[in-house]
Amino acid sequence: MESIFSFCFAILIAPLLPAVIQKTKAFFAGKQGPPLLINYYTLIKLFKKGSVYSTSTSFVFQMGPVVGCATSLMMLLFFPLAGAAPIFSFHGDVLILFYLMGLGRFFTILAALDTASPFEGMGAAREAFFSTLAEATVFGILVLFYRLSGSLSFAEFFSSTSAITLSGTHTALLVLVFIALYIVMLTENSRVPVDDPATHLELTMIHEVMILDHSGPDLALIELGAWFKLLFYSAFLTRIVDLFHFQNFWLSSLYFYAVVTFIYVTIGTVESITARLKMNMVPKFILTPFALVFFATILTMELIK
Amino acid sequence: MDKLLHIQNNEKISRADIPHLPFPAFRQQLLECAAAGGQIVQFFAYEDHGIYKLIAVMRTDKLYVGSCDAPDSFASLTVESEKFHMFEREIGEQYGLKAEGHPWLKMVRYHPNYSGKKDVFGNDYNQEIPGNYPYFTVEGETVHEVAVGPVHAGIIEPGHFRFQCCGERVFHLEIQLGYQHRGIEKLLQTVPMKRLPIIAETIAGDTTIGHGLCQAQAIEALADIQVDRGAKIVRTIALELERIANHIGDMGALSIDVAFNPPAAFFGRIRGEYLNLSQILGGNRFGRGLVRVGGVTLVMGEEQKKLLRDKLDELTPEVEHVGKLIFSAPSVNGRFDQTGTVTQENAEKIGLVGYAGRASGLEYDARVSFPTECYGELPVVSALKTVGDVRSRGRIRYNEVINSTRLIYTLLDTKQEAKPYAPQEVQLAPNSFVVSINEGWRGEVSHCILTDEKGAILRYKVKDPSFHNWTGLALSLRDEGISDFPLCNKSFNLSYCGFDL
Repeated sequence: MESIFSFCFAILIAPLLPAVIQKTKAFFAGKQGPPLLINYYTLIKLFKKGSVYSTSTSFVFQMGPVVGCATSLMMLLFFPLAGAAPIFSFHGDVLILFYLMGLGRFFTILAALDTASPFEGMGAAREAFFSTLAEATVFGILVLFYRLSGSLSFAEFFSSTSAITLSGTHTALLVLVFIALYIVMLTENSRVPVDDPATHLELTMIHEVMILDHSGPDLALIELGAWFKLLFYSAFLTRIVDLFHFQNFWLSSLYFYAVVTFIYVTIGTVESITARLKMNMVPKFILTPFALVFFATILTMELIK
Repeated sequence: MDKLLHIQNNEKISRADIPHLPFPAFRQQLLECAAAGGQIVQFFAYEDHGIYKLIAVMRTDKLYVGSCDAPDSFASLTVESEKFHMFEREIGEQYGLKAEGHPWLKMVRYHPNYSGKKDVFGNDYNQEIPGNYPYFTVEGETVHEVAVGPVHAGIIEPGHFRFQCCGERVFHLEIQLGYQHRGIEKLLQTVPMKRLPIIAETIAGDTTIGHGLCQAQAIEALADIQVDRGAKIVRTIALELERIANHIGDMGALSIDVAFNPPAAFFGRIRGEYLNLSQILGGNRFGRGLVRVGGVTLVMGEEQKKLLRDKLDELTPEVEHVGKLIFSAPSVNGRFDQTGTVTQENAEKIGLVGYAGRASGLEYDARVSFPTECYGELPVVSALKTVGDVRSRGRIRYNEVINSTRLIYTLLDTKQEAKPYAPQEVQLAPNSFVVSINEGWRGEVSHCILTDEKGAILRYKVKDPSFHNWTGLALSLRDEGISDFPLCNKSFNLSYCGFDL
């Protein structure tokens, strides 16, 4: 029951949290910023609209948003949000989930290529390249977590007896993992300094340019998928931090979302105080966390006998 | 160069005094001047009693003029010096006079010529731009082409950009403009005199004062009208305010292009404040309706002076603070440094003007070289950089903002009131020629007027700095990442309508 409640709450709150980033950025720019509920208004607006499809596109183009949103939703189904056990879980689910996310990206890229627009092809190429690099880090983290906890499922990573928490015995390693995962989060969710979600310049876009041709409910699904994904990554980070354990479900939920919100605020802060990287510097930036994780894994070779 | 006539900025010259050379000698003179480091201010064709003539104004540290009868086709000067390439294309397009041997003779604005001669480019003008024009292409399996525009995201003007890329790397960028061609030069030759300033102010909306001033000075020179000192002060302040407002706005845009939001928000607001100062000065935020032949329409009283001074006192520290924020952030410098570089050699070859030229080490500033209004008595310090990248262009604009603020303070301290403005009958001197040059915020703005024997305008030629600098943008993209195009574009921030006329 708690699991289902927790899942539903996560879905409901997912559109709210990105507005926190916008508010943070607005604060740094000395502006008021959009209302906190902006994304709900956007969703309602988009779902009310019809979709426009170019005659040069095929069914692949229409599948992109659906698959993308569905796979992001899957991640939340399997993730132990807010102290509750996930709705589904089995040994090895992390592998399947990250590849499902890959599948979602694959369809987004296919949909972009399906439009035959030179911009979207360029964005697709960048997205494919950068996410390939980011995948190395993700799997580096999974290898490390396997060594630490002996399991390959989210539920067991973050069970109460697990070693994967900053308050446990492997704090030093997990600090590295935290930094690595934070950078992966920025990369995978097209945030500054890798991508600029607010730009209007097609030639500089990575993710945004791929969805230029989607409209109405399709665009709404893409946005939803993106919000779920961002929530998943920040939840992942939050569970690693997990400094306090509450037996009470409500208390632990409150703590969980407080930390999640704080992570969103830090994203907004990062976006306000740094500029975007030059495109040819992005691979270096994305490979940095891999180096961190790899280093952490090497350390475990000695630490765990 | 010895056969060209040395003239002054805004000096009325009798057309009979302009040396009229045979074409080979004319060509030789211009090439000599170009080889000696001279640049072209004006080079255009006009029709005089059914005869087509070419006229050229060159600048070194002085101005020179010369003319010749235009042959239907002539040996291209571009072959010897790249400085002439845009001008020869324009001559071909406007009057069907072909520069033989021009390495890349293509249309400039895509319109049929005025003379009814055979089209030089073989275009069919019933087709829309780009019509049947074959763009420059790079062949190869890994080369791909990206076409941007003419309709863009955002609220910028229409222009078509064709990139030849290998992955993220740009081999070549071809820019095709002309979508905003309104026939301004033709229009200026036909409308009644009192409509001239209104049209001049709309040549490029962001250079209202720059173009308005050029026209007013040219007409004042031809009609022997003196402007009192008070009006000159107001004009100078207006031009400097226009410069500051545009530079500030563009620095904000530069920072938003690299996703560095706070300075963009601050500069966006501060730009508005400077536009408001223009309103205090001239009644319009964009400087419309202020500069008129014979003076300025609004007198600057003590009250306006005080408002201006107080607001400047308040804004200057803010500008310094935000400027520091942009140019000292390491992540921003990482984007600006070594991006979109135009070498001094290339800048010299294509004759970059304004801050783009000064960023590449070309010192030319019309306020210093050919001062008009109050600039002769002002300590204008033009900023100079030599790297030619986005950062240089950005820094120069910041420095210019600071310098311009000082100039305005100096002018505000001058005790001199303008006389109230009264419109007067304007009678242009017959058979005359005048060229006027001003340093608009983007660079050298120049208007040139030729009158016929009745004192009517025979030919009105306008040149916006963008006419030189678009080529600079194309060059800055060579071997650059395609994702840096918007940044490079913004660092030049050229006018589409000023180019298209």
